[in-house]
Amino acid sequence: MSLQLGWPDYLVERDENKCIQCEVCAKQCANEVHRLDPDTGKMVSDDSKCVDCHRCVALCPTRALKIRVNDLEFKPNANWTSDAIKEIYKQAATGSVLLTGMGNPKPYPIYWDKMLINASQVTNPSIDPLREPMETGVILGRKPEKLEFDKRGRLLTKMPPQVKLLVPVMFSAMSFGSISRNAHEALARAATELGILYNTGEGGLAREFYKYGPNTIVQVASGRFGVHADYLNAGAMLEIKIGQGAKPGIGGHLPGEKVGEQVSMARMIPEGSDAISPAPHHDIYSIEDLRQLIYSLKEATNYTKPVSVKIAAVHNAPAIASGIARAGADVITIDGFRGGTGAAPQRVRDNVGIPIELALASVDQRLRDEGIRNEVSLVVAGSVRNSADIIKAIALGADACYIGSSALLAMGCHMCQNCYTGRCNWGIATQRDDLVKRLNPDVASQRLVNLVSAWKHEIEEMLGGMGINAIESLKGNRLMLRGVGLNQKELDILGIKHAGE
Amino acid sequence: MDLIAGNTYYSILNKQIKTLAEEPREITVRDVYGQRYIGCGLKSHTKLNIYGTLGNDSACYMDGATVEVFGNAQDGIANTMNDGKLIVHGNCGDIMGYAMRGGELFIQGYAGYRSGIHMKEYMDKIPKIVIGKKAGDFLGEYMAGGRIVVLGIGLREGEYAAGKFFGTGMHGGRMYIRGPVREALMGREISAQPLDDDDKAFLTQVLKDYASYFGTDVSGIKLSQFTKYAPKSKRPYGNMYVGN
Repeated sequence: MSLQLGWPDYLVERDENKCIQCEVCAKQCANEVHRLDPDTGKMVSDDSKCVDCHRCVALCPTRALKIRVNDLEFKPNANWTSDAIKEIYKQAATGSVLLTGMGNPKPYPIYWDKMLINASQVTNPSIDPLREPMETGVILGRKPEKLEFDKRGRLLTKMPPQVKLLVPVMFSAMSFGSISRNAHEALARAATELGILYNTGEGGLAREFYKYGPNTIVQVASGRFGVHADYLNAGAMLEIKIGQGAKPGIGGHLPGEKVGEQVSMARMIPEGSDAISPAPHHDIYSIEDLRQLIYSLKEATNYTKPVSVKIAAVHNAPAIASGIARAGADVITIDGFRGGTGAAPQRVRDNVGIPIELALASVDQRLRDEGIRNEVSLVVAGSVRNSADIIKAIALGADACYIGSSALLAMGCHMCQNCYTGRCNWGIATQRDDLVKRLNPDVASQRLVNLVSAWKHEIEEMLGGMGINAIESLKGNRLMLRGVGLNQKELDILGIKHAGE
Repeated sequence: MDLIAGNTYYSILNKQIKTLAEEPREITVRDVYGQRYIGCGLKSHTKLNIYGTLGNDSACYMDGATVEVFGNAQDGIANTMNDGKLIVHGNCGDIMGYAMRGGELFIQGYAGYRSGIHMKEYMDKIPKIVIGKKAGDFLGEYMAGGRIVVLGIGLREGEYAAGKFFGTGMHGGRMYIRGPVREALMGREISAQPLDDDDKAFLTQVLKDYASYFGTDVSGIKLSQFTKYAPKSKRPYGNMYVGN
């Protein structure tokens, strides 16, 4: 319909003086924006197909390309923004649900940025991580209430299953299917090198990846794709996915186009068929049912591996988390509303759920009030963007953080939010062979290792600055945080004082 | 090899069974009072005979073993089962065969709600659920593959073999239901289709197996009384979204 045609979101600007008609841009763009016009011998572009992923810009040998947001604006209107108008046109033309990718981009408050970290001055001096040992490792899993030893000091208490992370960071659940084989391999190898864990998502696990098992979390979601006894035993930890921050309360659809030969093998479904994960697990309608699934996983793995339950951060998260802890989970993962996704209905992504900072603070407080905080570890996700966010999360009570979007960015993602199209020019969120091979797993895993190693050092610096030499001593230490520009209610929920207090 | 379950806690009982199942053998467990997860993940060389009531989530992730139950089964049996055979000489509770990927499940009598939800198939793995009498509501919801058969044996006048909303969201596999259904109350994503020769051969074998497992006379059951229900599309929600 003419209402949409000729209305590109982005404009491709080509400097004709620099362009050498090498056609690299045309070859690199899976969205088919660029082509050589045989009549004029010049490169031309169809701006309407551009998603602003910067692939052509990055690879243009003469730096002739620039992409900018189309400044063609509707009459200024604070209520009817151009996005709001364009979305109406799109839905009026198609009758369809708006689909999008990656995390919530709306300008909601980011509480990480309204909390500041403490440092020691004079008394309780700071510690220099360059010359003093710093412990950044954490142990996930249930912690016994007390430890018993025999006369010779040997441990008598039977320890529950636990896993150790050398840095309190893990790679979020991203399924093979939503991301490419090479991206999956990069995450697995980086996790192994870093001594942390990555997560299979609900995509099953190809046999070739079983060798990364000690650094793998195997996920079980409502579709149970690729879930079988060997898969459950392949990982170091299991995770039941109840919800995801980007789309709380709804299921997932991997479109048939993305289910090629390899994905079909890992998920154990026929090629080309939609992989539909229903919104609920149909065998879980209560906390008792959740307990039944947790213990069925424990039975299947002979009680040797911790089981995590992942929920989206929603209004009643503290009560739900209490139920999950009592259902026998070893780890609770809470995913905030800014968490990324390969595909989600836009209205859900942008409007459902709550910020992870508030959910984390209230869940940690609730579990402590109930005296069961030691029975579970708390992992948070949903836009952890840097090492300071991690420090703040741990001070609010988290044991560790998941990073998804940050990990994708490290591998080369340019946050164009078009993951659901399967045409990721960076070889990450795609299953097209020609695109997948653009992502070199050697390079991508090294970049992930670089990122987390850099963060580890920053964490050590900030810990040392606070006069703390072990991350465990920061956990739930909310005195190390102060709020800025927060109202009293927000401070109460976060359990922190205002700066200056 | 015989075990007495009695009041033994499920985790202890299952450990005993798993230890015995390390060698290929037939294991008989008596006085089973609803212990959970029996046969969880068991491999192919085991035959389990259960006397009593099979507990929740039994045969979950089962991978080739044969379990025969002389009694009823509770909820969630054969959850995410990969391969093997489960024969219940009685009735079973809700959500049987959830996300089942392979193997066979024969229930002599009634099955509860939500049976065979999200059953799927892959290559030569085509799971099969056979229910002797009647299935509760939401049978085969979101079914992505496999076969469900409801025989409707011994139903009273006015009773239906399949409950309400069967096949909702179904996008793979087939369902064979004997006798009439309430079309207004069935899933919108499926349609009734005539039986072809493959269907007839499949159903003939199912009836033969059912008769041999349970000693039931199935001579009164005619193939012409069955209707096949299959999804209209492999991608029922393919046009639901527009990229933004």
